[in-house]
Amino acid sequence: MYDLSKVVVTSSPHIKAGDDTRSLMLDVLIALLPALCVAVYTFGWRALVLTVISMVACAVFETIYNKIVGHPNTVGDLSCFVTGVLIAFNVPVSAPWWMVVFGALFGIIIVKMLFGGIGKNFMNPALGARAFMMASWAGLMTTWTAPHANLPLFGTVSLTDAISTATPLASLKNGVLPDATLMDMFLGQTGGVIGETSALALIAGGLYLLWRKVITINIPAAYILTVAVVTFLFPMGDVSRVQWMLYQVLSGGLMLGAIFMATDYVTSPVTPRGQIIFGIGCGLLTVFIRYFGGLPEGVSYSILIMNTLVWAIDKATHPRKFGYALDKKKEAQ
Amino acid sequence: MVYSFRGGIHPGTHADPGYKSATNTKPIEKLALPDQVILPVSMHIGAPAKPIVSVGDTVDLGQPIAEAGGFVSAPVHATVSGKVKAVEPRLHPNGSKVLSIVIENDGEDRPHESVHPYDFASMSNEERIECIRSAGIVGHGGATFPTHVKIQSGIGKCDTVIINAAECEPYITSDHRLLLERPEEVVGGLKMLADIMGVQNAIIAVEENKTDAFPGIEKLIADDPRLKLYPLKCKYPQGAEKQLINACTGREVPSGKLPADAGCAVFNVDTAGAVYRRFTTGMPVIRRIVTVSGSAIAEPKNLEVRIGTQVEKLIDACGGFKEAPNKLLMGGPMMGVAQYSLEIPIFKGTNAFLAFAGDEDKRVADPQCIRCGKCINACPMHLLPVYMNVYGKQEDLDNAVECGMLDCIECGSCAYVCPARIPLVAQFRLTKGKIQAKRMAEKAKADAEKAKAEAEKK
Repeated sequence: MYDLSKVVVTSSPHIKAGDDTRSLMLDVLIALLPALCVAVYTFGWRALVLTVISMVACAVFETIYNKIVGHPNTVGDLSCFVTGVLIAFNVPVSAPWWMVVFGALFGIIIVKMLFGGIGKNFMNPALGARAFMMASWAGLMTTWTAPHANLPLFGTVSLTDAISTATPLASLKNGVLPDATLMDMFLGQTGGVIGETSALALIAGGLYLLWRKVITINIPAAYILTVAVVTFLFPMGDVSRVQWMLYQVLSGGLMLGAIFMATDYVTSPVTPRGQIIFGIGCGLLTVFIRYFGGLPEGVSYSILIMNTLVWAIDKATHPRKFGYALDKKKEAQ
Repeated sequence: MVYSFRGGIHPGTHADPGYKSATNTKPIEKLALPDQVILPVSMHIGAPAKPIVSVGDTVDLGQPIAEAGGFVSAPVHATVSGKVKAVEPRLHPNGSKVLSIVIENDGEDRPHESVHPYDFASMSNEERIECIRSAGIVGHGGATFPTHVKIQSGIGKCDTVIINAAECEPYITSDHRLLLERPEEVVGGLKMLADIMGVQNAIIAVEENKTDAFPGIEKLIADDPRLKLYPLKCKYPQGAEKQLINACTGREVPSGKLPADAGCAVFNVDTAGAVYRRFTTGMPVIRRIVTVSGSAIAEPKNLEVRIGTQVEKLIDACGGFKEAPNKLLMGGPMMGVAQYSLEIPIFKGTNAFLAFAGDEDKRVADPQCIRCGKCINACPMHLLPVYMNVYGKQEDLDNAVECGMLDCIECGSCAYVCPARIPLVAQFRLTKGKIQAKRMAEKAKADAEKAKAEAEKK
């Protein structure tokens, strides 16, 4: 007789792939590493300190929330750490640590956990946090330091410390090409929030995510191409179209947004056609806000607006089911 | 050219694609005859067969012991010679007790008088189909649809016969070994099926992980221009009927229709083998090649066993369990049925018995969908499992149908890739049941109203 005491009976399938939520989130964290390295190189160790504070704050808030409502802790799926990195990536390096903590509080508790936790939120938590910080501390959110300025690790940055600079986007807003060269923009040697400046590092992370099949190319490609095409067709001021387009694509949070924020699983469409529509929508809104809005940058609000349309987009873009085209043709005959 | 379809998954590891390496080089071994066989009257889809023997009768090998219970049904034959010990409900691999005929083996293996070779060439088509019907041949891939019904309903509608040798289910290598060791049975059966169905296009479709079997097949098909060997991309569920037809012919079986509506008839490799053996030796369906594998099995093997042999005998022959199993499966890991006993018999559709000791199915306590959309890319039917799950849970049945609930073939690709480990297929089965119940209730209501209106008229 054999020992069958451990045998369980379940529904098929009985094997599963290796990837789980935790490993996917770990891949996203790995993909964010190049941008973090460039941020540390460009803005100093303070960038790393802010990122770590933000990650820890997100994990602490998620733990506290789960404790209060009596849920098992969900920190282990690592998604709160992704949110943490992205919140830090969305503030200038001169931002005080407490602001990042408030951002984490808003992003995790209000945007994510109150809607039911992972998978249930309709807005990207990091972008929700950014919008909250922008509304609350607009000055702190738009104080830019030039690359390689020596900032204190923890302390408050006084105006004298801050070697303030204009971001390339501010020049573009006025229809003028920035002083920074295209190569500076590509490598990230310009002013901006912690994680957005280096297109090279962000693209490297994006390629890693594509290779690991964590994301598909639909949303980033549709988003970036839309911005490229529209800015090429409608340059502002008297500038070369190609240069104008390249500066637009490489400046601001476009790369960070298109590769890491608009591709957030929970808040983007799941159908391939829906993802392309979502990307195009983000692209159009971004250019619209950059051209006509009150703010120089429109990436975060574009994605937030498109977040609210995700279910409608999915519903309108159901793929053709196997075995259905034939039926329609037959009916037509 | 390698044939394929859109969607699907690649189970296995880089070193062991499809988890087949444990048995794919192991020759078929004949299992010693068991002391007794248990033959359920339901080893096929359709009406159960009706027993025509009683306790105490002496039966011979290949003797009919239960006759077909209707058109869509199949007879059952004695798979050993001996004495009928019992005709009573016994545990069936489907989990319930099913009327079964238990035969005590006398060890003589004495063939029945009805077992004699047929002269295929001189038979009429009706005689050939009857010969297949009376042999109890059903789809040996697991679905066990009676073969004669498939042939009869396909004649005139089908221009293509496909032998399904994809064997896309992980771990299973029984079809592979059959193709490699006895290609003449498969090719011979295919020729016969092509003759009966009158088609000019007869395809053997084999996944590319079985290239060692290609030379043998190519040699046998060379003299017949109707026969072709199609290599298929290794991808699950390449052997699902609709995906196989799509890969081989580019056609799509319309939703809710049969393969014949796409002009194709698909037969499992071993079904073709059974047809060949029936005509050349006269023997009805009495044996099966079964892969016994999985992390709990001491010595995985491909075994040729008599139908009705209890699973325990196969485990014995494979050296028992090296660890206490936590999952026992009749069939493959993707669509196989979990078992809780080793007393169940091998039946006509059993191509594998697996035992897992580890955490192969990686269950989690409270799975949360993160909307990653991997299920959508994996779905070979191009459905929206993520929304089928949401609507199914909310019992929003109309929206669930709109997202493809009724087109789901339950292949398990979505649940396999799901990083949140949601038991999607289990959820879909529940929802399908609810949809069916709702439709039946609606129909009953409509019928009652109609009857009432008619009664009032009178």
